[in-house]
Amino acid sequence: MTEIAKRKIINTFALSLACAAAALGLFWLIFILADVLRHGIAFITPELFLNEAAPPGMEGGGLKHAFIGQLLITFFAVLIGIPLGILGGTYLAEYGRHPWLGRFISTLSDIMISVPSIVIGTFVYAIFVKPIGHFSGYAGALALAIIMIPVVLRTTEEMIALVPWEIREAAFALGAPYYKVILQVVYRGAATGIFTGILLAIARIAGETAPLLFTSFNNMFLTTNMNEPMPSLTVTIYQYAMGPYDDWHEMAWAASFVITLFILGLTILGRIIIRWKYKH
Amino acid sequence: MSDPIMNVNNLNFYYQGDVHAVKNMSLEIKRNQITALIGPSGCGKTTFLRCFNRMHDLYPGHRYEGEIRYEGSNLLERKDITELRSKIGMVFQKPTPFPMSIFDNIAYGLKLKGIKNRAELADRVEQALKQAALWEEARDRLKQSANSLSGGQQQRLVIARALAAEPDVLLFDEPTSALDPVSTSKIEELMVQLKQDITLLIVTHNMQQAARISDRTAFMYMGELIEIDDTETMFTNPKQKLTEEYITGRFG
Repeated sequence: MTEIAKRKIINTFALSLACAAAALGLFWLIFILADVLRHGIAFITPELFLNEAAPPGMEGGGLKHAFIGQLLITFFAVLIGIPLGILGGTYLAEYGRHPWLGRFISTLSDIMISVPSIVIGTFVYAIFVKPIGHFSGYAGALALAIIMIPVVLRTTEEMIALVPWEIREAAFALGAPYYKVILQVVYRGAATGIFTGILLAIARIAGETAPLLFTSFNNMFLTTNMNEPMPSLTVTIYQYAMGPYDDWHEMAWAASFVITLFILGLTILGRIIIRWKYKH
Repeated sequence: MSDPIMNVNNLNFYYQGDVHAVKNMSLEIKRNQITALIGPSGCGKTTFLRCFNRMHDLYPGHRYEGEIRYEGSNLLERKDITELRSKIGMVFQKPTPFPMSIFDNIAYGLKLKGIKNRAELADRVEQALKQAALWEEARDRLKQSANSLSGGQQQRLVIARALAAEPDVLLFDEPTSALDPVSTSKIEELMVQLKQDITLLIVTHNMQQAARISDRTAFMYMGELIEIDDTETMFTNPKQKLTEEYITGRFG
């Protein structure tokens, strides 16, 4: 066998393996998406969004409480997580460029990204819920914020590093102090990238259940008090899907549909912004 | 002969780790002239140029020795670098437009100086763009992103941005090496015009460029000043053998 023929065979073999692996991944992805969409869409009703939970066995219940709870928890998570993530990323990309501390934090946040989210849930339970003595929306938001921070931090760091160093020197050469260079020039250059990172970080936490189980717990009633146990879509889906009632199952499907669509939309928006940015 | 705006006396510069990049240089920079710095890659001409606006201060471990006398004092000992940098501007090799509109790019340096009045800003921006010969091309698109300009226009924008601060001196670090010939000749024309108002110091790899536009030329080699003279003398009748060899292309 000639060398070229041998290479061709190896090439075909490797290519088939890669394609098969991709197809396998796609199959499950499409399977899950299609299943959620197919089952979920049938149970989308106005009552789902307008009504609160009905007592078990009664008709006409909705998930208004869970939607509002989810929004509140996410809002507070964003409020804590985004500024910290952006500031941390700025430190790494600008001030912590060379010292070992910068590299250490960078590596640490890479590890944080892949920590199972239930570990973060139990962590917040131990340091926040336990000392205070009850579950609360704040605890849930804190857990989600901790998940967001490394995502936002690393995106910010990477996006800021993409702004050419010469641009900073040019701003320095006009007499700008460092903080003004960062605020007025670097952030502007990295804005779309950082914004995309924020969107993707929100998408990342929107589907989290595990960190909320031990923190915000759940609540069958509508509340806007973040200091109480708070309902969330994901925990509600978990609870309803496990429950004995058919209408619970239906609502769990519908909620899964809404949350999947939300995450899908956010992710696609993020991708569009990235593509738009690199075109301009 | 015009009087010197700056006197460099026994200037030494060390990078981190005591790398001796500029060795005992002394020369005069004359007012309203273009002084060109030539020499092979790595000879220290850019390092030398970046001493004038204290660009090295951004990086740790550097050390200056000697003096650059400007406005009656040694600028290497000045505390107020912001003020110094608005007097001594810099234009880099690659165009460095900020990620904002054309107008905001030029207004940036003015705002740093504390100018907030909108009418005055608009006025100064227009003036700077005219001075940099970019007004005709940019007047209808001041709100557009500076990145929408071509490379040559961007470089003129950057020059306008530096001019808006009304500097005494502009430092150019190979300002045309990333540009096409047409843009290059526009920038060169502009530089010759600018010397009516300011003093220009230019580092260039391109000896023809030095010969075309500069009044005086300094030749540097391995961190040392080998020779400085009127450009015409330098290119026709250099005193040093090394200068002659470099200019005739025998090395570098």
